[in-house]
Amino acid sequence: MSTSRSTAELRTPKFTETVGLIAGREVTTRLRSKAFLISTGILMLAVLASVVLGGIFGGKSDPAKVAVVGAAATAVEGNPALEAVPVDDQAAGEALLRDGEVDAIIVPEASDPTGLQVIGLDRAPGGVVQALSAQPGVELLDPATVDPLLAYFIAFGFGIVFFMSAITFGSTIAQSVVEEKQTRIIEILLSTVSARELLTGKVIGNSVLAFGQIIAIAVLALVGLLATGQRVLLGVLGSSVIWFVVFFAIGFVMLAALFAASAALVSRAEDVGSVTSPVTMLVMIPYFAVVFFFDNPTILTVMSYIPFSAPVGMPVRIFLGQAEWWEPVLSLLILVATTLGALAIGDRVYRNSLLRTGTRVKLAEALRG
Amino acid sequence: MLELQHLGKRFGERVALDDVSFRVAPGRLTGFVGGNGAGKTTTMRIVLGVLGADTGTVTLDGHPLGTADRRSFGYMPEERGLYPKMRVLEQTVYLARLHGWSPAAARRNAEELLERLGLAERHDDPVESLSLGNQQRAQIAAALVHRPEVLVLDEPFSGLDPIAVETVQSVLSDAADSGARVLFSSHQLDIVERICDDLVIIAAGRIRAAGSGEELRAEHGSERWELLTDGDAGWVRELPGIVVTDFDGGWARFEADSDAARRAVLAEALRRGEVAGFTREHTTLAQIFKEVVQ
Repeated sequence: MSTSRSTAELRTPKFTETVGLIAGREVTTRLRSKAFLISTGILMLAVLASVVLGGIFGGKSDPAKVAVVGAAATAVEGNPALEAVPVDDQAAGEALLRDGEVDAIIVPEASDPTGLQVIGLDRAPGGVVQALSAQPGVELLDPATVDPLLAYFIAFGFGIVFFMSAITFGSTIAQSVVEEKQTRIIEILLSTVSARELLTGKVIGNSVLAFGQIIAIAVLALVGLLATGQRVLLGVLGSSVIWFVVFFAIGFVMLAALFAASAALVSRAEDVGSVTSPVTMLVMIPYFAVVFFFDNPTILTVMSYIPFSAPVGMPVRIFLGQAEWWEPVLSLLILVATTLGALAIGDRVYRNSLLRTGTRVKLAEALRG
Repeated sequence: MLELQHLGKRFGERVALDDVSFRVAPGRLTGFVGGNGAGKTTTMRIVLGVLGADTGTVTLDGHPLGTADRRSFGYMPEERGLYPKMRVLEQTVYLARLHGWSPAAARRNAEELLERLGLAERHDDPVESLSLGNQQRAQIAAALVHRPEVLVLDEPFSGLDPIAVETVQSVLSDAADSGARVLFSSHQLDIVERICDDLVIIAAGRIRAAGSGEELRAEHGSERWELLTDGDAGWVRELPGIVVTDFDGGWARFEADSDAARRAVLAEALRRGEVAGFTREHTTLAQIFKEVVQ
């Protein structure tokens, strides 16, 4: 009978079509949620603010403008920290100084050992004096490739973006699983589609959202770096950001499967938090580890290979220049394998728990089926 | 023909279903009646495939049910379920599309059905904002929007006002008229009696009676007759082979120990004057239910 009903209007949908419908519903539901839009907006603002603040604190200051009188011009010439504004005499320089056009005036002074005198307005122009001072050359035996403060901010940045996105979309998929159990629409859905189609649709829908948010953050950060003229930082950060996006895309699928499977064990929205807390820990630990141990190469190396912390650990190591070219590739392969395992386990637990309402389903029972 | 054959199901020690067999014929409304915990919901969930049977099979037109068949099923579970925050029309269209309808056809089906169920004004309201009665109508729309060939409805009439009951009844009758097999459970025996063509009565996991309304009445109906005359009917008591059970002026209800004795009552009544009625006592479904369940 059912085969004879196949018409232009009605036919048996393919697996991909069903999954597409389910994923589409997940995405549109989320995009209509005010809470989701607001939290995304706040995250975007935080990223933009940190890039702009980084530009203000980390950027090199412009050369100081100084008015030079007569022969003093030769002393300033070729000095990268100073920009000379030649004036006819000291009075003309003072006029510029009082207008705020220049930071100081430099005049020749025969009585001074340096042959120069620096004139400031209300306080000694320290920067200008320092720029004129002769300094001994410095050589570092073991130079740090990256400013440690900058390294901290980068590690913190990757950590918090991964943490926020994984928690946001992980709990979204968990809520969505329990909502279907709690409202019992799951009975209607399962009499129509298979548990695998449902789980695949949910994981894809939420992964697309999470991935979209990460791409938006990455683009915002990179454009922000360009716009604030931090090209030097962009060069070193660029490749680690790209690796971060790749690792996140796969790592989130793994987390989504785990969130969905653990949420399927309970039947009430109130129980989602406690049942998903082991998965939440798996997301939080790498975040705290990277914040505390960003300067410990051994711990970072270990982190960069453990699937749950690799999306944060590996990009930080790439940024710090600690990773060989093959290391992210190897770590990515480990992550992909773990993700496939998580999907298989998640599918089993999810399928076996969906119609069991009431008390929490024991994990061992859900695995046995 | 949807046929359930020898279904058995245990939950731990408790036997939920014991050798349950019956048929749901196309084009007819089949009512499924039983007390709380009798096994109605378990049976329906097995038909829908959301629960597995320990023994027995469910076949559709002779072949065992598969996933593809179940896509043409419509289901209204005992515990109602729709996405609370999703809009009525959008949700109904979504469910039709999951069953394989094209976007345009899914929308047309949903709009027609919601219109008939009186929800046209509420298209864009989230389900959770509807009254309980209207949520129930939305639930019925969800079960019917993909024009199912088999409809399984668990208590579709509970919580509906009399007008809504009529609306839903006509929607179900139309589905049956177009060839669907319709099985629904209900506690409201008067509704079942009024609209059902076939009846299945279950108690403690066993089928106690199944068949058309006439068949059940013939088997379990009353042997008593009722006479209504314009004069006093006290004389009926005097006739041989007759036991009067109720009596009131010109009206009498009696049992006859033979067809001849019964016919003698009618002949005597006609001789004495006007006869306004002479019928077999009407047996309600509630009476049959009580009899077969005990």
